[in-house]
Amino acid sequence: MAVKKHTLNPEKWVPLYADYLFNYTISRINNHDQAKDLVQDTFFAALNAKDNFQGKASERTWLISILKRKIIDYYRKINSAKGKAEVKMNFYSDGELEGDWIEERVPTDWNAEIEKNIENKELTIALENCINSLPEKYAMVFRMKTIQQFETEEICKELEITSSNLWVIIHRARTQLRKCMEDNWFKK
Amino acid sequence: MKLTCNQATTICDKSQYKEASFLELLKLNLHLFLCKKCGKYVKQNSILSKCYKKKRTIDCTKNQCLCDEEKRTMENNLKEKL
Repeated sequence: MAVKKHTLNPEKWVPLYADYLFNYTISRINNHDQAKDLVQDTFFAALNAKDNFQGKASERTWLISILKRKIIDYYRKINSAKGKAEVKMNFYSDGELEGDWIEERVPTDWNAEIEKNIENKELTIALENCINSLPEKYAMVFRMKTIQQFETEEICKELEITSSNLWVIIHRARTQLRKCMEDNWFKK
Repeated sequence: MKLTCNQATTICDKSQYKEASFLELLKLNLHLFLCKKCGKYVKQNSILSKCYKKKRTIDCTKNQCLCDEEKRTMENNLKEKL
């Protein structure tokens, strides 16, 4: 029995797959315009590579595989981008005190009413601002792990990082978020 | 066996996703026995986890999608290259 061979119909790509590819992207990169550009780039790249399509996988699977490369490229780019938001260190990184809390970053007491306030809408806004103040790479991994709840293994595979790498990023993101929320919301 | 505060809080973060090993949790608890600062971190971390969970339920019901206008532009850009 002959295996059905898939074909490409680029003129139908946008109506058929734009939403699907966009959803895939936005759950990883929480930025509408950036995600839109990546989807457009994926279509362009697919068009350029259409002679390499062998018809073994479906059109959609093939487009996703191209998009995945685009997302890794994007991650690498923000990983190497210096400046802008900086990740603030919470612990001494060398010397006698290596691994100890840096004095002004030690957790302080929070308002006792806090737990009742979690439902507060403004809290979510403060949180969003704090996440956005993280370097993009940290925000991206933090969101994938915590908000989208991807498996550790999945994130590592997709972004080509090790799990210890991932936990360092999560740890730095969470300690910085803790401090940010303390300063902006939970302070006594 | 002895952890620095940096290592202890890393394990605490990992445990928020239930991915810290038994040995790690043991070391963390030993550290917490002696370290008030990290004790505070642990307590606050579970409050923050609740906030993140709340944020998740909000973000995931917020439907992000491309509008028709954006799709038209995308389609036209693609047609130019066909």
